[in-house]
Parts: sequence; structure tokens; C-alpha cells
Amino acid sequence: MYKGVDKYIKYIFTLPTLLFVILCVTYPLIYTFQLGFHEWSMSVSIPKNWVGLRNYIELLTDSRTWDAFWRTIVYTFIVVVVETVLGVVFALMLAKIKRGTNIIRTVFLLPMVATPVAVGIVWKLIYEPTIGVGNMILTGLGFKASTFLGSAHTVLPSLILIDIWQWTPMVMLVVLAGISGLSDDIYESARIDGANEMQQIFKITLPLLLPTILMAVLLRVIDALKTFDIIYATTQGGPGYSSENLNILSYRYAFEYFYMGKASALLIIFFFVVFFFAMLYVVMKNKLESRYE
Amino acid sequence: MDMVEYKRKKAAKTVCLKILFWAAILFIVICTLAPVLWMLSASFKSIVDIMNPKKIFMFSPTIKNYVDVFTKHKFINPTINSIIVSVVSTAIACVMGLPTAYSIARFKQTKLSLVILAVRIIPAITFLVPWYIIFSELRLTGTYTALIIAHLLVSLPLIIWIVTPYFSSIPRELEEAACIDGSSIAGCFVRIMLPLAVPGILTAAILAFIYSWNNFLFALILSSSRTRTLPMAIFNFISYTDVNWGGLMAASCIITGPVIIISLVLQKYVVSGLTAGAVKG
Repeated sequence: MYKGVDKYIKYIFTLPTLLFVILCVTYPLIYTFQLGFHEWSMSVSIPKNWVGLRNYIELLTDSRTWDAFWRTIVYTFIVVVVETVLGVVFALMLAKIKRGTNIIRTVFLLPMVATPVAVGIVWKLIYEPTIGVGNMILTGLGFKASTFLGSAHTVLPSLILIDIWQWTPMVMLVVLAGISGLSDDIYESARIDGANEMQQIFKITLPLLLPTILMAVLLRVIDALKTFDIIYATTQGGPGYSSENLNILSYRYAFEYFYMGKASALLIIFFFVVFFFAMLYVVMKNKLESRYE
Repeated sequence: MDMVEYKRKKAAKTVCLKILFWAAILFIVICTLAPVLWMLSASFKSIVDIMNPKKIFMFSPTIKNYVDVFTKHKFINPTINSIIVSVVSTAIACVMGLPTAYSIARFKQTKLSLVILAVRIIPAITFLVPWYIIFSELRLTGTYTALIIAHLLVSLPLIIWIVTPYFSSIPRELEEAACIDGSSIAGCFVRIMLPLAVPGILTAAILAFIYSWNNFLFALILSSSRTRTLPMAIFNFISYTDVNWGGLMAASCIITGPVIIISLVLQKYVVSGLTAGAVKG
């Protein structure tokens, strides 16, 4: 069927990518895995020292690891739930608008494309206890002034709010794109049958969009688990350890304390946490695709 | 009489609902815009005006912050570095990724596409520890090479992941009809398939550029004072000048400005890129 070079074209076309994956992804993963069984602080004079499972045992018996783990889970859970609910509601609202949708859509792009470090810095100014607008709004509405990023109790909710501001638009845009793909015929026949607005939303729009919404949710879960830029730019994991998630904690172990072995072990744990949700994504995607094709 | 009353009441109710609806939309839009506008306005404020949060609109604008950022804080070099790293890494990712995307679409290499998906999903920091060690041994830390390779980790999977569905959606008959006998697959790919997939390629390239421009983690670990990119420059700026909010805001505007302009001009592509993976099944 194919002649000459065409027979091998699929290998030629994919070779650079495959090489990149093997050299820059697979090999480093194996390296990290074996480094997890060593103790090493990147020193030239002191070689790597095999310690077996000690890094893992130390990590799993350290409350700092578990705190970071649960913080990652709680953060992800809250931001994804809020972003999904708000995103779907906003999308349903915007779908009703006939004019000006382009401008509004552009507005919603801004939080997502703005450089996360810059976003973090702007929110740091907003949250600044004495000169920030955050407290001006709180006290203006009759609430007590907050320390926001400055204390262990308020830092996580403050970071969660930034994430919600940044990523609700993603869910919204996904759902909006989904809505625009639905045919008018269904709604017309529903109206003839006497379905009101609410019934149309709950009986037609949402069930039809469920696969789309689920994919958006899982993509958000995977990205929220890995949140780094916003947290590092605003608090660097502090005050104390109070805003460390698994990503920040791994970074600190590796590049602040240079515990390369311990950091690698933590990375492997982190890898499996993310991978668990990723598998869920792949399984669901395949199921949905086979059902809707 | 009753009928007229009823109709009037109903009309009043619809108007009320309409007003409420638009008020809600306006509220959402303002909340979304506020931090960005706050950044923009604070970047034109003097130190005294920033200290007083009540001065939201009434202040005498100054461009001193912008001048300072480029002169005192030497932002010219990081700007050039950011452009070099994001343009070169996006270009390399396209050269490597487009044939791969075509091959995945054409020969249905699902295993390979799962591998690409895995790279997109695995936390980048997992690779950074070994890379940091390997790059140090090769004396590559702090070079453009190290940064560009690191950025490929994000842009290459992104390009493949966005463009593959575009190639798949081009009907096989069209391809076969266009590539008349005698033309090789490679030739056909360059002359026929690439031009057909231009919207997808644009979407992917724009997104890859934006992600690369915004990337902080790689620069944090792999850049030196000579090669550091804008996100890193601005981060260093916080660590030693806690008080110069005006300068920080000006720097934030400079770094987000290009990305925002791209999104305004090429909105359609940016939206389809950001929602890729969720919208198409």
C-alpha cells in the first residue's frame, strides 16, 4: 500500500516526540523513583547514601506531610465544587443574552490568561491588611477586618478565593460552548409540550451537558491538585506551614532544604495522588466517547 | 378590567426580573474585572496614593512606576529572555508536535496519545528534581537550553493534544483526493494537511506561547540572573522591595499586558484552546 519512506512515516513523524518523552520524561521519572530510596543533599563530596524505605517512612509518619496532603484534597474539593456550581450558573445566565456576549466572554478570559505570579501579587495588594481594598470592603459591609494571607486560619480561604476568581471562567466557557452546540429543535418541542424555563434547564440542558461538565470538572481537579504559582507568589507556603500543599512541600524539600532523596519520595507519592485522578479522567473520557459516538 | 390589571402586573414582574438579571450579570462582570483594573490603576499611582485604598478613581496618575521598573529594576533583560524562551520553545514544539499529532490522528496511535496525556497530567515538579541534578552535572543550569527544554514539557503535549482532533476531523477522502499519486505522505502533510489545520495550529501555538510566557516554576528552578524570565524577575522584586507596590503593579501590567492583548485580538482561538479536552467529548 505504501512505498519507500511512506512505510516508516509513522515512526519518522513520531520519533522526535518519542525521544523527548523517553529522555525528558521516562528517564527522569525512573531517576526520581530510585533517588527516593537515597539520602543526598546534592553535595559533590558526599555521595548518595542508600536508605531503603526510610524516606517514605519518615514522610508518612510526619504530620507535615499529612497536613499538606489533606490541604491539597480540601483545597481541590472546595475550589472545584464552587467553580463548577458558579460556572454552570453563569453559563446558563450568559446563554440567555443575545448581545454583547463577545465582550463578556473576553472579560472572563482575563483571569485565566493573566500571568499567575502577577495575579498573586495583585491579590497580595488587595489582601494587604492596612492598605488593601479587601479590608475596606469587609469593614464597609460591617464585618471585622481580616488578616487574609497573614494568619494560619485565613490563609487557605483567601487562596481558595483567588483560585475561584481565576478558574470559574474555565468551567463557564466550557459549559457555554456546550450549550451553543445543542440544537434548538429539542427546546422547541419541549416548549410545545409546555415545559417551562426551569424544566428545560433541569430536564434538557443539564443532562445533555453532563459529559462536558464532568470533563471540565476532572481537568480542574487535576490542575487544582498541582496549584503552585499563586501560592508560592503570595505566601511561599506560609505563614509557617499553613498553606503548603503537596506541590509546595515537594518544592521546599528539594530546592529550599536540598533533601533530594526525601523530596523525590514525596514526589512519587504526589505522582500517585495525581495519577489516581488522571486514571479516572481517562476511564470516564473513554466511556463517554463510546457512549456518545 | 381585571384582565388589564393582570397583564400590567405580569409586565411589571418581567421588567423587574430583567433588571435583576442584568444587575447580576453586571455584578459578575465587575467582580471578574476588578482585580485587573485595580492592578492597572495602582500601577499609575504614587506611593502616597497607594497607601490610601479609598482613592480608587481620584488620584493624580504618574508613569514613574513604569520608568522605575525598566531603569532601576532592569526589566529589559528579563523581557528579552521571556520572548526568546517562549517563542523558541513554541516553535520547536510545533515542529516536533505537528507531525506527531498528524500521525496519531492518521494511524490511530492511541497508546502514544495516552502517553502524551500522561505528560500533560503528571506534575511538572516530578521532573524538575532529576532535571536540576542532570542539568547541573552537564553545567546547563541557568542556560536558555535548559529553560527551553523545560518549557517543551508543557508546550509539546499541549500542541499534540489540541491539534490531533483537528487532523482527525479532516475527512480521509479529502486527503486521498488531494494527494494524487506520486506524492509522498510527508509532502501531502506539508502541502495539504497543515494548511487545512491552520485554525487548530494557531489555537495550539497561541496557548503554548501563553503558558510558556506565564511559566514560573521552571524559571524559579532553572534560570540564573542572566537568563531569568519576567515571572521570575517580578518574584525577585517582591522579595526585596516589600513596600514598592506601585512598581510591583507596573511590573505586573507589563508582564500580563502582552497576554491580555493576544487574548483580546485572538479571542476565538484562545477560548477554544482553553476549553480543549473538555468540549470535544
